[in-house]
Amino acid sequence: MSRRTDFPLLVRNPGMHYLDSAATAQKPRVVLDALRTFYETAYANPHRGSYALSMRATDAYHAARERIARFAGAVDSTGVIFTRGTTEAINLLATAWGRAAVGPGDEIVVTRLEHHSNFVPWQQLALAQGAAFRIAELTPDGDIDLDRLRRIVTPRTKVVAVAHVSNVLGAEIPLQEITAIARAVGARIVVDGAQGAPHIPVAFDERGIDAYAFSGHKLGGPMGIGVLVARREFLESMPPYQMGGGQIEFVNDDRTTWAPLPNKFEAGTPNVGDAVGLAAAVEYLDGIGMAEVARHARDLSAIAVRELRLVEGVRVFGPPITARCGVVSFTLDGVHPHDLATILDQDGVAIRAGHHCAQPLMRALQVPATARASFAIHNDASDVTALVAGVRKAQAIFGGVGTPAHAAAR
Amino acid sequence: MPRPAEPPESGALEALYQEQILAHYRRPHNKGSLDEPDASATAANPLCGEAIAVTVRRDGERISEVAFAGQTCAISQASASMMTDLARGKTLPEIVALTGRLAELLRGDRAAAADPALGDLRALGGVARIPARIPCAVLPWRALTDALLQEVTDVA
Ligand SMILES: Cc1ncc(COP(=O)(O)O)c(C=O)c1O
Repeated sequence: MSRRTDFPLLVRNPGMHYLDSAATAQKPRVVLDALRTFYETAYANPHRGSYALSMRATDAYHAARERIARFAGAVDSTGVIFTRGTTEAINLLATAWGRAAVGPGDEIVVTRLEHHSNFVPWQQLALAQGAAFRIAELTPDGDIDLDRLRRIVTPRTKVVAVAHVSNVLGAEIPLQEITAIARAVGARIVVDGAQGAPHIPVAFDERGIDAYAFSGHKLGGPMGIGVLVARREFLESMPPYQMGGGQIEFVNDDRTTWAPLPNKFEAGTPNVGDAVGLAAAVEYLDGIGMAEVARHARDLSAIAVRELRLVEGVRVFGPPITARCGVVSFTLDGVHPHDLATILDQDGVAIRAGHHCAQPLMRALQVPATARASFAIHNDASDVTALVAGVRKAQAIFGGVGTPAHAAAR
Repeated sequence: MPRPAEPPESGALEALYQEQILAHYRRPHNKGSLDEPDASATAANPLCGEAIAVTVRRDGERISEVAFAGQTCAISQASASMMTDLARGKTLPEIVALTGRLAELLRGDRAAAADPALGDLRALGGVARIPARIPCAVLPWRALTDALLQEVTDVA
């Protein structure tokens, strides 16, 4: 059964093959309906007003947090902090925790495959605090090299920050092993789940990690809402990130005390509408079942990899087919990914071309850019067919394989 | 009810990827970097983060030689390659004027499309039908203008 009809934008654009869900996911109708219902029936500033409508907004916000905590496998919903997205969640940790807990001579560890969002905040923290910044390299197959990771994680390591799934390679990393390595030296383990949460159960409480960040918009929720799930003890160990309304307890002339979790980390009027929208998105996904959501994307990416490999001059990056979370990065000899994306776009096939905010990884792969197709629950085999047809068309326009420009890049 | 997205424009790809563009892409002129240049600059495309680095040698006010480096798309490679030919013998004001004319061409200006001053660059006229690619076509020209406006910077 095709779920395309659940997505109003795709219904309105019958010729569209949307293969960029890793950048942002299209919205199911239930999310748009939930937004509208909230604004039409429960909209007011939560917490503040002493009237019934404000209470409805407060209740809606509370219910959204509970629903999302359940999705994330976190029993303690006070450790579920709403942010603007993954980026803000990681900046929160790198700033609030990092400035307080990391000092000269300490070490921060990330991996070669991080998105800039889980790389730059830690790199800059290390520079500001005089700490060492270590990058765990990959094996030739594009997996995290656990032996090398073990060597760079030391008793001075304060945090190991890793992406659950690479947004370029689509591989799920061995989070359990990495968590054990970090735990063994008493380091914090922070997970960038921007690409993980849409495909793998977050299962926060089971993982023994300190924090997991994800973006609502990649799950079919609205842009502008994201989540930091963290252990209570971790969140209590650090000062607030931003200060102002809603996150204080008492403000004296010379000092202030902070509100309990989660409010301590949510300064200012919260984004209730988008939290409600995100709750509807995770309800939609849980309704299908995350196992089915993941299987669907994995099957389509497996077909795409198989079909693309039949095209001469195509090079597919990333893990074996079975370990792929709906992401296929590839290049075509003699055709730059941007040109490929333009040619595909003419046939309604939307893919991403570029460095995918992962320049450190691009350097390791020794390509300036890749084309990336990513799959979601609304895609089907016809999207793969259109993708492969477009790739062949690009090849025809550029007249075959092996031009000097790209031969040099290999 | 809003209309569906525009159907693909027929012929847009043929107009964009003309043989002349592809020829420059496959065999770019003056690719690399000049030793001991008089000026250099790098321009990055904020959309994709890719960059073109330009090195220039001058003879008085006039450009005597330009080279470019960077692995970018066909549109920016072709534009850069043509630029290295066209820039020779020109002054900064002439380059600025030519860049302005190119911008008009890329926006679909008919007079620009017929302007012999643009030389081979007229083959880039097809970009007007796919405006998302305009920044690619102007990228090397931004680098060249920056180089001419600046003192010699470190050569990448
Ligand atoms: C792995 C990864 N981390 C972080 C991000 C940043 O997410 P956002 O832009 O929603 O904050 C993304 C999305 O682009 C991503 O794919």
